[in-house]
Amino acid sequence: MSAGVNVSGSIRRRLLVQLVGSAALLAALLFIAVLAFVRNVAEESHDRILLASATSILDSVSVQSGELTADIPYAALSMLGNVSDDRVFYRITHPGGTLTGYDDLPVGGVPVQPGQPVFESARYKGEGIRAVTISRRLSVQGVPVPVQVSVAQTRLGQATLLEQLVWSALYIGAGFFVLASALAFWSAQSSIKPLRSLTEAVSRRGPKDLRPVTRPVPAEMSPLVSSLNSFISRLQASLARSEDFIAEAAHRVRTPLATVRTQAETTLMRVEKEKNRASLREMIRAIDESSRAAGQLLDHAMVSFRTDSLELKEVNLTELARDLTERLQPVAELKDIALHFEGGSPVCIQGDGILLQNAVRNILDNAIKYSGQDSEVWVRVAGSGAQQKIEVEDQAGGFGGEDTEALTRRFVRGANAKDTIGSGLGLTIAREVAEAHGGSLIIKNSQTGAGACVTLCFPSH
Amino acid sequence: MRHALFSLALTFLAIAAQSAAGFEVEERHWIGPQDGTPLRVISTTDTEILAPLIKSYLLQNPGVAVDYTVANSSEVMKAVLEGEERFDIALSSAMDLQTRLANDGFTLPHRSAATALIPEWGEWRSHVFAFSLEPASIVLSASAFAGAGVPRTRQDLIALLRAQPERFRGRVGTYDVSVSGLGYLFATQDARTAEAYWRLMEVLGSLEPQLHCCSASMIERVASGELLVAYNVLGSYARARQDLAGKIVVVDPEDYTNLMMRSAVLLKGGSHPELARMFADHLISAAWSQPPAADYPFSKPPVAFVDSASPKRPIQLGPGLLVYQDAEKRRRFMAEWFSAVRKK
Ligand SMILES: Nc1ncnc2c1ncn2[C@@H]1O[C@H](COP(=O)(O)OP(=O)(O)OP(=O)(O)O)[C@@H](O)[C@H]1O
Ligand SMILES: [Mg+2]
Repeated sequence: MSAGVNVSGSIRRRLLVQLVGSAALLAALLFIAVLAFVRNVAEESHDRILLASATSILDSVSVQSGELTADIPYAALSMLGNVSDDRVFYRITHPGGTLTGYDDLPVGGVPVQPGQPVFESARYKGEGIRAVTISRRLSVQGVPVPVQVSVAQTRLGQATLLEQLVWSALYIGAGFFVLASALAFWSAQSSIKPLRSLTEAVSRRGPKDLRPVTRPVPAEMSPLVSSLNSFISRLQASLARSEDFIAEAAHRVRTPLATVRTQAETTLMRVEKEKNRASLREMIRAIDESSRAAGQLLDHAMVSFRTDSLELKEVNLTELARDLTERLQPVAELKDIALHFEGGSPVCIQGDGILLQNAVRNILDNAIKYSGQDSEVWVRVAGSGAQQKIEVEDQAGGFGGEDTEALTRRFVRGANAKDTIGSGLGLTIAREVAEAHGGSLIIKNSQTGAGACVTLCFPSH
Repeated sequence: MRHALFSLALTFLAIAAQSAAGFEVEERHWIGPQDGTPLRVISTTDTEILAPLIKSYLLQNPGVAVDYTVANSSEVMKAVLEGEERFDIALSSAMDLQTRLANDGFTLPHRSAATALIPEWGEWRSHVFAFSLEPASIVLSASAFAGAGVPRTRQDLIALLRAQPERFRGRVGTYDVSVSGLGYLFATQDARTAEAYWRLMEVLGSLEPQLHCCSASMIERVASGELLVAYNVLGSYARARQDLAGKIVVVDPEDYTNLMMRSAVLLKGGSHPELARMFADHLISAAWSQPPAADYPFSKPPVAFVDSASPKRPIQLGPGLLVYQDAEKRRRFMAEWFSAVRKK
């Protein structure tokens, strides 16, 4: 369907790429934000526990008989063990040196103000540690002495916790991305839906349907639809113009041709010489040919015009066919052809009577035209539940090996038509009328094989 | 071939204690082929007790020998800290010291199918692995307590001692916390757990108690009738003495019983860390498999402490134990303890 269309890019794909791209970006931002947040929270809660531990150690420092001493509570260190399996270090110092603990702990180097805990990260015994240092003043023999407590813990537990947090942040980000992508897919799909349904509506139209598009479309598509409509109306106008032109031309040619023919016949009666008579006959035949062509062209233009805006009315096919049979009876009699009509109760369809008459006349015309002397032609009208049909059978030898599909094309004539006057438009008209009514034209040899059997079929509605 | 190896493995080779070392060695044995690759073990557990497990280990690892050194827990600590002698693995009943070694970075982490068997409370940061669970019990002289009157709780014991001070004077015993690491561990855990402990020590102190280095000697003395009551004795040792079964009564106090865990740590700087890992796995899986191995020498450790109401509780491994390793804390605790126990 898109054959010959120069395709570059796709709105849906571009939309999808843009939406999925921004979803990925947002997911990444979400991941980073969540991670930063939980990292902060984890670090803060770890710091708080360190501080609680250091505070309870500092509280246990006292002065006994003029000397500093510490009685570290069991809970001070065990609470750190409850959080994680990390190594724990501590130290209690005073200006005179280390009271107890890990002497070489590399934190709390600078004096810390009371009530202002200092948190540090450092390396100790081959591992990264997080430490807090707090201080307090104690009075030793009347002299205020600053006592400082540092508590440190390795960060393995925190690292594992962080790893878990990274994973959950990752899951959150990925979940968001998947959800947003699904929504992106859905919105890309739904945003091109009007385009798709317009395409469908336009391509579902019949070949002659040149009505403007009236279905509601989104605002963005209205310029496209209005230019499409104006294109359609220009096309329609130009088609109508060329059909008018043909009809006009045919009409203008027909009248002078009739005059010329009368003149030629009168002259033929007067002329004696055989040679002159032959050329006059030749001339008359050519005039007949031209006038037939003009007549058929005119009919075809009329058919085209009426099928464009088909007006449906109840048409009695039986009536119509019988009427035509009667009218062509004289023509048949000229060749001693027996013209039979077979039709029972009225068969009716919704259609354009003039068009249908034209179609049936062309088919019956063929049957008489291609039949030899003393043969028979049958016109049959029948209606079953599913379809109504008018059938014309003759004994004119049929179509032989001819491509019957090709015979319905414009100006195509068969091999048997050499000595017969005609323009090759009869079956074209019959087919176009059948199709305009939603039916079809079936061309085949009759069952006996003696001639043709051409049928106009219409489905019941 | 297999037979020959077995008999070789059975050969115990006592080696003269090296006086050159900076720590005190109680005994030292070479177990396994003379030219075997030596796995060097330092332990507080007597050789005979672990011998069956060592033998099965040697059977599984031909070409390996075990150089087994026995020392008390503080000497084990000293040996590791000084690092003059390179040991591959340290086995100790002093959980606080093992924890200290792990915390201060003297040990190697280890994870294996065997360590996965240990319940969560039986190991610390994949460095300290428990392989036994043994109660701190009260051992009583069977003849003195014939019939009724066996104290079941510390309260009972306090009441009994207070009621008959003359009967018990000089005939009560407990660990000397300044000598025994295990004694110190039991004492500090008691002090942390129950206020009754200090009252008990006060009462003991008034009865001229005998202070001991080890459970074995307390058990012997109770059996001989020299002591009537020994407090905080390793119940597992006492119950293992089938020969003394008629002479002693072992009581796991019903108010609460501390459970000590014997534990293994893999030491940094050992020459055969792979052998040490295999040995640790061997001990661990013997202890924690269901059921424990046939050659497992201790009573079966209960894998799950579903019953939180049970008075038996394992001493918790973890940094809390470091508190009692603090020099200041230790100094204060000792002073307090001796002032209670050495009352005139
Ligand atoms: N009943 C028939 N028997 C045999 N051949 C036929 C019959 N009807 C049509 N044909 C063949 O089909 C061809 C096409 O028929 P069609 O009616 O379209 O054109 P035509 O009859 O030649 O010209 P005209 O436009 O004047 O009718 C004919 O030229 C003829 O060869
Ligand atoms: Mg025709």
